[in-house]
Amino acid sequence: MSETKPLLSIRELSKSFGPIEVLKNISLDVHAGEVVSVIGASGSGKSTFLRCINVLERPNSGFLDFDRFAFDFRPGSRAAPSADDLKALRARIGMVFQSYNLWPHMTVLENVIEAPIRVRGMPRAEAVDLATTLLARIGLAEKRDSYPNRLSGGQQQRVAIVRALAMQPQLMLFDEVTSALDPELVGEVLSLMADLAAEGMTMLLVTHEIGFAREVSTRTVFFDRGVIGEDGPPSEVLRHPNSERLRQFLSRILHEGLAASAHGAAEGATP
Amino acid sequence: MTLTEWWEFFLPYIPGFLYASWLVLVLTILIILVSWIFGLAAALARASDIAVLRQIAIFYIWFVRGTPALIQIFIIYFGLPALGLQLSPFTAGVLALGINSGAYVAEIIRAGLSAIPRGQMESSMALGMGRRHIMARIILPQVVRIILPAMTNEAISTLKNTSLLSTITVVELTLYAQTIIATTFRPFEFYIATALLYLVLTTLLTRLSAWAERRNARYV
Ligand SMILES: Nc1ncnc2c1ncn2[C@@H]1O[C@H](COP(=O)(O)OP(=O)(O)OP(=O)(O)O)[C@@H](O)[C@H]1O
Ligand SMILES: [Mg+2]
Repeated sequence: MSETKPLLSIRELSKSFGPIEVLKNISLDVHAGEVVSVIGASGSGKSTFLRCINVLERPNSGFLDFDRFAFDFRPGSRAAPSADDLKALRARIGMVFQSYNLWPHMTVLENVIEAPIRVRGMPRAEAVDLATTLLARIGLAEKRDSYPNRLSGGQQQRVAIVRALAMQPQLMLFDEVTSALDPELVGEVLSLMADLAAEGMTMLLVTHEIGFAREVSTRTVFFDRGVIGEDGPPSEVLRHPNSERLRQFLSRILHEGLAASAHGAAEGATP
Repeated sequence: MTLTEWWEFFLPYIPGFLYASWLVLVLTILIILVSWIFGLAAALARASDIAVLRQIAIFYIWFVRGTPALIQIFIIYFGLPALGLQLSPFTAGVLALGINSGAYVAEIIRAGLSAIPRGQMESSMALGMGRRHIMARIILPQVVRIILPAMTNEAISTLKNTSLLSTITVVELTLYAQTIIATTFRPFEFYIATALLYLVLTTLLTRLSAWAERRNARYV
């Protein structure tokens, strides 16, 4: 795998908000077909990192290579991306957020076909076909003319994933996409993501679902205060952490998880 | 006076009143269109990355909201000729009240824009959509729904403000009533009739907006 050119290559990427340096000289290669889970404490820079990949946040410095794009974010660089470059890059990278962010004034179908038609220039009939196929796949074909507010959180999040997939991206970014969901709706979203992973979609996913990261990802990256603390197969990173900080993080997550499920069980037991 | 006598007294003035009401309606529609252009431009300028545009918009809104509409009308109608621009009373009136209402419309649109969650813009950008596309197809359609009630109030203010144009000889409802009263000496009857006609027009506007709101409510 290491001989082939990575799909995404990030070099020495830094990002500050005012005086606070949130990402410190991050380098990471992602090859086509890899499923990279990103874990780390709150505020360690996971979201900022994902948002730098499609340049929703502009890095202060560093290099980003993706497919045919090669951006140099060092101040004064001539290879800084133009607005059109960014649109083209984002059209190739799908992103799904914690809050589903569907457009409330458009039906499910309209949500899914908007960008394929108006950004990629896909003929309407083709976009509708594609959307219908994708919606059928997640079992929401009959909801295509509903407005998002008629859907459950899990359904909305799956439509948001489908909306990104309809652009036929080469890379998908997921930022804690199940965190806002009621516990009973988490499974349907995770299983859609697991399906995508199994089909070979290249994915970067920020998650607190350690079990899911272990089962689905091919690689786990631990973010620690703006740097990559550990990077390797989930079996090693999650089972045999090298650093004390990752050990602490994992045991904290585990306790929170146990506390949450104990709480859930207690609630369930009350009549 | 008996009822028949009343009727016979009023009858000759009815066509004039209807025409004046019609004029109020036309004025209101034209002023609203002008105010939307000024208001949208000022709201977008205020949200722009370009500092000069923001400053111009802030000055415009500050000036208009801090001075009486009547003075603004006088500046446009009596003042502009000093700069070589002589407008007809009708045009000056539409322009002055359009600019006036535009400042309020700008503030309404700004409030509407800030009510749209950030995620709407971000998720659109993440799909490769450009700013103009996002504004036109994603943000503004949602803003329109949110601001409809406030815009209705503003339209009603605009309609009532057209009576100020009587001061620059636009023969709308108020000036028409005044001319009749000057010859008949019946201020009570004719001002009541005028008030009733304004009421009919404002009620019409409210109904129209309620209908638009219902039509828009599909996704609420
Ligand atoms: N737009 C912004 N302006 C200022 N500071 C920001 C901004 N976005 C993020 N930060 C700061 O950067 C740091 C990293 O934030 P980030 O959202 O990337 O963390 P995270 O790892 O995703 O955390 P969480 O698990 O809570 O989502 C935090 O201290 C945050 O307050
Ligand atoms: Mg985050």
